[in-house]
Amino acid sequence: MEKEYYVCTGCGLLCDDIELEMEKDLIGKVHTACRVGVAHMKESPGEAEYLVDGKKVDEKTAIEEAASVLKAARNPLIFGLGTSTNEAQKKAIELAEKLNATLDDTSSFCLGPLIEAILQEKFKTCTLDDVRNKADISFFWGSDPADSHPRHLSKFSYFPRGQEKQRGWEEERTAIAVDIRKSHTAKICGNEFYQVPPGGDAEFIEALIAGLSGKLPKTSFKFPPKKLLELANILKGARFGVIFVGLGLIYSLENLEPLIKLMDTLNEKAKGDFYLIPMVGHYNMRGFNETLFEKTGFVNSVKFEEGSVKHGPGYSVVESLKAKTVDAALIIGSDPLASLPHSIAKQLLEIPLITIDPCETLSSRKAKVSIRSGVSGVEAGGSATRMDGVQVPFRPAIDAKRPSDEEILSKLMEAL
Amino acid sequence: MTNAMELYQLLPKTNCKECGKTSCMAFAVALLSRELTADDCPPLKNEPKFKEKYEKINELAGPAGGATETGLIVHEELCFGCGNCVVACPVNVANDPYGVGSGNAPKKNEKLILTIEDGIVKAQNVDECRRFGKNKILCTGCIVTCPVEAIEFVV
Repeated sequence: MEKEYYVCTGCGLLCDDIELEMEKDLIGKVHTACRVGVAHMKESPGEAEYLVDGKKVDEKTAIEEAASVLKAARNPLIFGLGTSTNEAQKKAIELAEKLNATLDDTSSFCLGPLIEAILQEKFKTCTLDDVRNKADISFFWGSDPADSHPRHLSKFSYFPRGQEKQRGWEEERTAIAVDIRKSHTAKICGNEFYQVPPGGDAEFIEALIAGLSGKLPKTSFKFPPKKLLELANILKGARFGVIFVGLGLIYSLENLEPLIKLMDTLNEKAKGDFYLIPMVGHYNMRGFNETLFEKTGFVNSVKFEEGSVKHGPGYSVVESLKAKTVDAALIIGSDPLASLPHSIAKQLLEIPLITIDPCETLSSRKAKVSIRSGVSGVEAGGSATRMDGVQVPFRPAIDAKRPSDEEILSKLMEAL
Repeated sequence: MTNAMELYQLLPKTNCKECGKTSCMAFAVALLSRELTADDCPPLKNEPKFKEKYEKINELAGPAGGATETGLIVHEELCFGCGNCVVACPVNVANDPYGVGSGNAPKKNEKLILTIEDGIVKAQNVDECRRFGKNKILCTGCIVTCPVEAIEFVV
């Protein structure tokens, strides 16, 4: 009998081979998923809850109150959406257009620039299935999948047997890590771990390019040139290399120029091709970036204004809160009060907040209107975009008692 | 970690052959592979002067708490279910190449040694393990691939 598999929406990896054992209406045992996924899927599905100023109300009152807050606002901010389905994200973009709102997601202070560059085809990219089937070099730069995406190495990038990689990881694959500390991933990489000081990535890239071009690699932090040349030689021998870029590298670089230069040099000097995959954390951040890019040509930080779209760092969540240009906020599946720096987050306390989230968060506690939505992938179906750009459809595992983000946003649209 | 030499030092070293082995060293090796136990050496078991050593051997070569027959211990509090060991285990790969061998969910569950359940690795069918039985080899596939040292073998 064909087994029934579910998709885990715990991280950007969207593992599609999760088996569930049901106990009555709830999820009992979870097979194959990592601990992050198990916690995510077993998150106790509660009843729908609608709160206005901390008091329980019915659905209609909450939606109407939210609509009136948004109507009264001159420039509302819509933020979050990294953990919403593609369908809900489309609804949120429509809503932002209708309200002439500022729209942003976490990628503006995360991997946004990298995804924009990939969508603009500045980098070659491939799918994770290609990685499993062909890759001989998996290069983790500023990322630690062993902690952030636990099944990354076992499902795709290092351990599995693939179509052209039948002999396994010991013989046919090399994992390399560049990081500022010996992470769990670096531990697996063994000798192929290269430690750089914080902020030293740009220099390391420059030295690596020098090494690849046959020059003596020099760094101000005195990285042993011999070790760097060894790394350059390993990379030169690659037939299918993939660099998994994490936040560590993006935060360390002022712009993407050094990375683009490195990828070009690698593609020129190596035996085969080099590709790049962003290590997206939230399960559907890339989906939001792609949908918005298709519609407006930008991946985040936009402001809709009577049919036209403005874009720039000034429209990102951080800058617009700093400049106090927004006067209400609709937050979907995110907790900016807890995650943004205090000096910026406190501005959120000055404006009315509406939160749509499966959990009680700091933001939802301080919100004027707070609505508990169902966890997508567990209580709600839809589709999402994996970190490599592949669309993954999924269906709910249990009967939902709570509405999905998409349903709430549709009702909000109607009320407006 | 115990080795055969350490066990040999605790034996009578008389090469009396009463256990059926040709020498005390051969007996130590058999102890290590769990082919024989300390009770199979009559002098060690019966003579009072070896009592202390007999107890020490039982402690070293006896089953460790929480370990499976092959001596595999999973520290559940450390494991976070990444599945590296499941995919890297050569027995798992041989028995289910298109399932766990390719990084996916198990397709054939019968002979798998390691699987992930509720985000933690579970060991079963340990008699399939390459570290078990007469032709055992010192395979470390599941240990070296674990990022958090959640798997350990006690010998």
